Amino acid sequence: MSQQNAPILSVENLHTYFRQDEGVVRAVEGASFDLYPGQTLGIVGESGCGKSVTARSILRIVEEPGKIEQGNIWLRTSGSNGSSQRVDLTTLDADSQAMRDIRGGEIALIFQEPMTSFSAFHTVGNQIIEAIRLHQKLSPKEAREKAIDLLRQVGIPKPERRIDEYAFQLSGGLRQRVMIAMALSSDPKILIADEPTTALDVTTQAQILDLLRQLQEEKGVSIILITHDMGVIAEMADAVVVMYLGQVVEEGPVDDIFHNPKHPYTRSLLKSIPSILAKPRTKLATITGSIPHPYNRPAGCSFHPRCPDFMPGRCDVAEPKLQKLNERQVVSCFLYDNLPE
Amino acid sequence: MNETRQTLLEVRGLKKYFPIRKGLLRRVVGNVRAVDDVNFTIRRGETLSLVGESGCGKTTTSRCILRALTPTAGDVNFLTEKQRVVNIATVPKSQLRPLRRQMQMIFQDPYSSLNPRMTLLDIIGEPLLVNGVGTASDRRDRVEELLKLVGLPPEFMSRYPHAFSGGQRQRIGIARALALEPALIVADEPVSALDVSVQAQIINLMLELQEEMGLSYLFVAHDLSVVKHVSDRVAVMYVGKIVEIAGTEDIFQQPMHPYTEALLSAVPKPDPRLRSQRIILEGEVADPASPPSGCYFHPRCKHVIDRCRTESPVLEEVQPDRFVSCHRARELTLAGVQE
Amino acid sequence: MSVAIEPQEQETVSAQRIFVATQWQLMWWRFRKHKLAMIAAAIIILFYVGVVFADFLAYADPQISEAQRSLLPPQPIHWYDGDTFRPHVFGLTGKRDPKTFKRVYQPDPNLKVPLKLFAEGYEYKFLGLFKTNRHLLGVEGARAEDTIFLLGTDLQGRDLFSRLMLATQLSMVIGLAGVAMSLFLGILLGGLSGLYGGAVDNIIQRMIEIVRSIPTIPLWMALAAAVPTSWPITRVYFFITLILGIIGWTTLARVVRGRFLSLRTEDFVTAAELAGAGQMRIIFRHMVPSFLSHIIAATTLALPAMIIAETSLSFLGLGLRAPAISWGVLLQQAQNIQAVALSPWLLYPAIPVIVAVLAFNFLGDGLRDAADPYG
Repeated sequence: MSQQNAPILSVENLHTYFRQDEGVVRAVEGASFDLYPGQTLGIVGESGCGKSVTARSILRIVEEPGKIEQGNIWLRTSGSNGSSQRVDLTTLDADSQAMRDIRGGEIALIFQEPMTSFSAFHTVGNQIIEAIRLHQKLSPKEAREKAIDLLRQVGIPKPERRIDEYAFQLSGGLRQRVMIAMALSSDPKILIADEPTTALDVTTQAQILDLLRQLQEEKGVSIILITHDMGVIAEMADAVVVMYLGQVVEEGPVDDIFHNPKHPYTRSLLKSIPSILAKPRTKLATITGSIPHPYNRPAGCSFHPRCPDFMPGRCDVAEPKLQKLNERQVVSCFLYDNLPE
Repeated sequence: MNETRQTLLEVRGLKKYFPIRKGLLRRVVGNVRAVDDVNFTIRRGETLSLVGESGCGKTTTSRCILRALTPTAGDVNFLTEKQRVVNIATVPKSQLRPLRRQMQMIFQDPYSSLNPRMTLLDIIGEPLLVNGVGTASDRRDRVEELLKLVGLPPEFMSRYPHAFSGGQRQRIGIARALALEPALIVADEPVSALDVSVQAQIINLMLELQEEMGLSYLFVAHDLSVVKHVSDRVAVMYVGKIVEIAGTEDIFQQPMHPYTEALLSAVPKPDPRLRSQRIILEGEVADPASPPSGCYFHPRCKHVIDRCRTESPVLEEVQPDRFVSCHRARELTLAGVQE
Repeated sequence: MSVAIEPQEQETVSAQRIFVATQWQLMWWRFRKHKLAMIAAAIIILFYVGVVFADFLAYADPQISEAQRSLLPPQPIHWYDGDTFRPHVFGLTGKRDPKTFKRVYQPDPNLKVPLKLFAEGYEYKFLGLFKTNRHLLGVEGARAEDTIFLLGTDLQGRDLFSRLMLATQLSMVIGLAGVAMSLFLGILLGGLSGLYGGAVDNIIQRMIEIVRSIPTIPLWMALAAAVPTSWPITRVYFFITLILGIIGWTTLARVVRGRFLSLRTEDFVTAAELAGAGQMRIIFRHMVPSFLSHIIAATTLALPAMIIAETSLSFLGLGLRAPAISWGVLLQQAQNIQAVALSPWLLYPAIPVIVAVLAFNFLGDGLRDAADPYG
């Protein structure tokens, strides 16, 4: 495999559980996917599907009592002599220096709600400067220069002035830009964006998505984009991972996901989303029922009670495994079990 | 669309200003013009959607119509059951109760809109109870009927809201709104707090109930995809003013206001093959406390001319049943979305 | 109609039980998990049982003093006499110290004073209902040595255990009364403030700030100084609860006001308004039930402050005065260091104060955590 085509991040069979008094929440159960350099990987799913916990597992910031029970997260880093090496992030201690260097160094995170991610007592500039100096040896003056430069790169007008403002003085869109600037401060290889535009209005969302795309082109950063919005996925992702109740149900290139979906959940989801391309006043296909509570996940395939292709005696008994369908698509469904190789 | 439909609600010159107070004496130093001269009508049996970005005044407008807020100025003329026109904006509070029976609300948050300490019977039966409809057993029968209508098993009526998922709770909220058989339902972002797979169920339910009961909806939303599925006509708001009203098909295919065009263009299309050149609006939404001169949209508009900076446009009918508030509405050709 | 009934999820019996549970059931299930609070609740129930049966638990008339028996040390109970189970205490024999000529008492192992259950003792009115002279424990006999002082005696030779029982009664009840008073004021003023807002709110808020800015001890002293010494004990008692209430209402008023303000904008309250519900229905059907549990928790947390306040006041001699018996009054005897050094049992009344205050705090914490089962 050539260096360029090797994944920069590989998640293999990741299991993250929350063991609580009321029971075990299997937030992520057997997620596997690869992220390639310069690519945008979309992780899509509804509430409780485990997409955010997956991201947090990669960064090793899963909240108590969540724990990675199984699996590997391989990060490819370039060593000092230019050779590349792979680190399994699950083997690192979450609070170790090595992990801290990766967090906010190799991998940066953008949250959904920018307001809560900033301190109300420091100017946004000081917070960016702090982040810069954490990973780079720069004088305060140089760091400030760099911070202003970053703010300019993310399209903030008059960055020399904005740098001395507080987060609450900025609009939602500007705050999200500042957050991106902060994430970029350490020149990360991977940017994890957890619902980066959910709290924003459509026109602001368009601005932020545009910015992310533009930054990716300029810096070649890989993006993991976590969202519930199929529209955002269609606009942004190169490859897509669809999750349902902690499990990956389907993976593939974005075009296949939208135009040749394999898993019944992906198909139903695509049919049921309201689309701006639909005819006015048309009813939508629905997925019956609602998402089960994580404590009482159905036996067998967890989608079977809502599945239009439910096969009794099969889907409610055994759990399907992720299998390769062809060169591009991976799916976890019994419908594709007896296909000739 | 049936043009002969009766007008159920007519909003004329509606204004709602929130005073900005400063200092120890709480003196009024200015106003936030949350709703600034809004005009529209809703016909019987139709859905009018009010769309716009956060802070554009769409929620305030809806609350003024229900008189949950008292408007600063303007008329909200409502055609009652008895074919009488009443101005809800000015009617004394004591006479509101019989009017409220005819206009109900569906809320955005399915969690905070149901009292967690009451059973479904009490929640859905409350409008009946406080309006003195029927005996206890009549009300019970009616609640049973309403639960079936919104697709919930009637046995659930002794349960509390915590037993239900977000989508089910929204059904409960709809059942409550329907209890008094209103003519108009104001739905404030009824699906935006729900998961995508559940959104579809609620949208369909609302469409079916409308057909069945001849309801009129004022549908307040920010999600244009949802709006397209439910509306007969759409009104687009920007900084407290309506910039365009038209039939759904017209406004989506061929918007006439540059803001509508930008809004449509910004919506992510669920098809990777349609990754298009989008119109990215520059700058930020204007501050309703100190809006720009002339047309509020002019600092972000790419079709701006000198006139836009000084003279504020009025909402006028540029084509039959199409109202636009733009100086250049007649000359511009703007892009919509294809179906 | 084509709306599909949602497929029933597999429901366990326990899930169904939760679905129809009222808020009080949910709170109880949640509270039950809080072990410390459960223990605290048991302790508090014990205390209040003690309050009801104070005279029954006491065995010696708490007011009768005898200089002869001043500052006797506690007499431990011996359970076995030889091999037979026969609880008794050793009788005390008095001798005169040849050097100081003071009368000192020594337990005499040969003098066994048997304990009796439901013994006869001084006469009292049980709960003010009927007269009786039965007590849980007691010694019977006419000899001077036939006495029992489980916790020793005070300076005036009064039995500390019996006095402690009656003190518990008074201190625990005065705490309740004080809280009831502040609850009344707090809900009334906080409710007005939160419901009407505007000028009313402004005046009440400023009032709260003023009350809270006055240092408590000087305020107590000033108020206590206003109590004429000639007042009968019951009136002093009432006045002290009034003082406690006047100082304590501000916290509760703030809680109530905050709840009203946040509930006023709650969607379900708007929904009730739009449905045509009247002001009274909205307040009592929607708002009050929503914060009642919080009020109960806040009240429980306010009780220990009341108890401490009464104890401190009385300890300083500003609150209740003899012949009333409260924890503070009992502790007054432990004011000088010499007394405590020679007769450490005089400090025993501090133990129930500490236990009660801790128990109320733990209980309050548990209630507060359980108060919003929907959060």
